[in-house]
Amino acid sequence: MTTAAEIGAARSDGVPLVFIELRKSVPTAGSLGLLGKARGLFGGAAAVVAGPGSGDVAATLGRYGADVAYFCDDPAVHQELPAPNVDVAASAIRAGGHRTVLFENSVVVADIVGALACRLEAGVIWDLQDLKQRDATLVGTKYVFDDSVAVEAGWSSDVRLAVFRLGILEPVEAAGQGTVTRLEPAIGADASRVTVVEQRHATVADVALASADVIVAGGRGLRDREALALLEDLADAIGGVVAVSMPLVDRGWYQHSRQVGQTGNKVRPRLYLACGISGQLGHRVGMEKSGLIVAINTDATAPIFGMCDAGLIGDLHQVVPELTRRIRAAHASVDHS
Amino acid sequence: MAYKLCVCIKVVPRSAVAKRFDGTTHRLDRSGATELNPHDLYAVEEAVQLRERIGGELIAVTMAPDDGLESLRGALAMGVDRAVAVADPAIAGSDLLATSRVLAAALVRERPDVIVFGSLSADGGGAQLSAAVGERMGLPVLSGVRSIEVTDGRVRGIRQTTDSEVVVETVTPCIVGLGGSTNVPRYPAFRDIVAAKKKAIDCLSLADLGIDPATVGESGSRTEVLTITSPPTRNRGGDVVTDEGQGAAWLFEYLTSRGFA
Repeated sequence: MTTAAEIGAARSDGVPLVFIELRKSVPTAGSLGLLGKARGLFGGAAAVVAGPGSGDVAATLGRYGADVAYFCDDPAVHQELPAPNVDVAASAIRAGGHRTVLFENSVVVADIVGALACRLEAGVIWDLQDLKQRDATLVGTKYVFDDSVAVEAGWSSDVRLAVFRLGILEPVEAAGQGTVTRLEPAIGADASRVTVVEQRHATVADVALASADVIVAGGRGLRDREALALLEDLADAIGGVVAVSMPLVDRGWYQHSRQVGQTGNKVRPRLYLACGISGQLGHRVGMEKSGLIVAINTDATAPIFGMCDAGLIGDLHQVVPELTRRIRAAHASVDHS
Repeated sequence: MAYKLCVCIKVVPRSAVAKRFDGTTHRLDRSGATELNPHDLYAVEEAVQLRERIGGELIAVTMAPDDGLESLRGALAMGVDRAVAVADPAIAGSDLLATSRVLAAALVRERPDVIVFGSLSADGGGAQLSAAVGERMGLPVLSGVRSIEVTDGRVRGIRQTTDSEVVVETVTPCIVGLGGSTNVPRYPAFRDIVAAKKKAIDCLSLADLGIDPATVGESGSRTEVLTITSPPTRNRGGDVVTDEGQGAAWLFEYLTSRGFA
C-alpha cells in the first residue's frame, strides 16, 4: 500500500509524463490507461501527444486524468516516424521537468524509447506488468523468460523511462479537467532525413476477427500453406474465423489483417484455438484475454501450454481434420434428430 | 562506389538451455552453451542478400563480456566477410544505454553505409537497440522493415506497424532494423563452414575504442535488477495431455462440455 508520505516524496519529483500514442488520430486505450496509473502513483499526470489533430486530442485528455496535456501538431511529425516523436517527447520532458515518463509498448514506441534513452541518458525498463512506489523509490515489475520469472527493477538515472506491456492497462474516466499547452520544438534534421513515401492502411483491424466469437489460429507449426485449409475447414464447422501468427504473414501465407499479436490485432473471442502456435510474447499480447484458450502443438515445452485452459501435445495435421469431422458429425446428428 | 555494410549480432544462451539468473549478480547466467541470437539469423541473411545485390563488404559486429565467440563463425559461414567483436569483461551487465555506447563506438570505426539490426534479441527483447545506436551515431533509422532496397545511396524499406504498412526512405549512411522473420536464413554448405574458419575476427577491448569502463557494464547502466522471484501463477491451470490417438476425441469432448462444437 502506498502511504501519504510516499506519495509526497514522489510528488516532489514532479508528476509523470505519459506518452499518448495515436492511431488514425485516436489515442490508444493503453496509453490513456497510463494516465490513470500515473495519477494513482503520483497524484497527478501530464500527457504529451504529437501529430496531426493532436491539439483536439490534447483537449480531451483531462477526462482520463491529465492535469496538463502538451501537444505538437507540426506537420513534420508523422505518427509512424519515431524521430520527430523523440524531439517532441524530449521537449515535453524539459518543459515540465518530468522525471518519469510512461509508455505503452508498440512498434513505434520501442524506437522512440530507444532514442530518447540515449538522448537523455535515461534508464529504460520495458515490458512492465506494474509500477509501484516502495520507500519513495519507483519499482517496476516485469516477467521474463516466457513469464516464468518475475523481476523487480529500478532506475538510477535522473529521467526514468517506463514501458508497459501492451494491453495491461485500460482507460479510467475521471471527472478532471486539464490545461493544454502547445509545444513547438525544433524537429531535428535527423527526423527529416527519413520520409514516408507511402502509407497503406489496408491492414486495418479485421472486423471479422475483432467480433469473432471463435478464432481458429495457425502458426509456425503448419507444415505448408495448404495446411491452412485444415484450419479454414475447422473454422467453418465450429462457426469461427481463421487467424494467424506473425511468421505466417511474413511467409506471405495469409493477409496481415488476420494477424494476431503485437503487430497485428488484439482479440478477445470466447474461444481461441491455437494450432501450431508456440505462444511467444509477441503473439500472446494479442490473445491472452480470450475467454477459453485451447492449444494443439507438437512441442510439449511450448509456452502456449503454460497459458491454456486445455492443451493437446499432438500433430495438428492429424488432430484438426479429425476434430472437424467429429464436430460435423455431431451437427449432422442434431439436424437429423 | 563500393558499399560497406555492417550487421549487428548477439551471442545468446542456447534456447534449449533453461535460462536462469545468477542469484548474486542478478545477471543472466551465460556460462552454458551459446548460439547466435535466432532473430539475428534473419538480419545476417538479409544483409548477405543485400550484399549479393549491391556488392561491397559485409562485416558482423558484436560485443560480449568474454571472447567465447565461436558462434560468430556461423555468421561468417553464411557469407559475412569478417567480424569485429568487442570482448571485454567490463561489458558484463550492460543495459540499453551501455550496450548502445559500445556498439556505436565499434561501428563508427568502420564507417559503414548501411547497418542492419535484427528485430530483437532472444534474451533481452526490447527491440530498442537500433534506435538507440542511431541516436548515438546521429544516423537516420528505418526500423521494423520487412525489406531493404538500396539504390544510388537511397535506402527504402517497408515498415510494418500495428495498423499500417509504411514505405519509408532515407539516405546512406543509415541504420535499418528488421521487423521479424522476413526471409529463410541459409544453411551454410560444408565448404562455407570451412572457409569461415579462415575469416578474420577482430577482437577489440574497450581501451581500443577509447571507452571508459565506468561508462559501460553495470556502472554505466541506469537500471538495475532488485529482486528475482517466481511470478504469480498466470497458468490457467488447464490440462495438457499427450495425443496417443484419442487427442481429437478428447478435444471434441472438452469443447462440447464448454458449449462449443
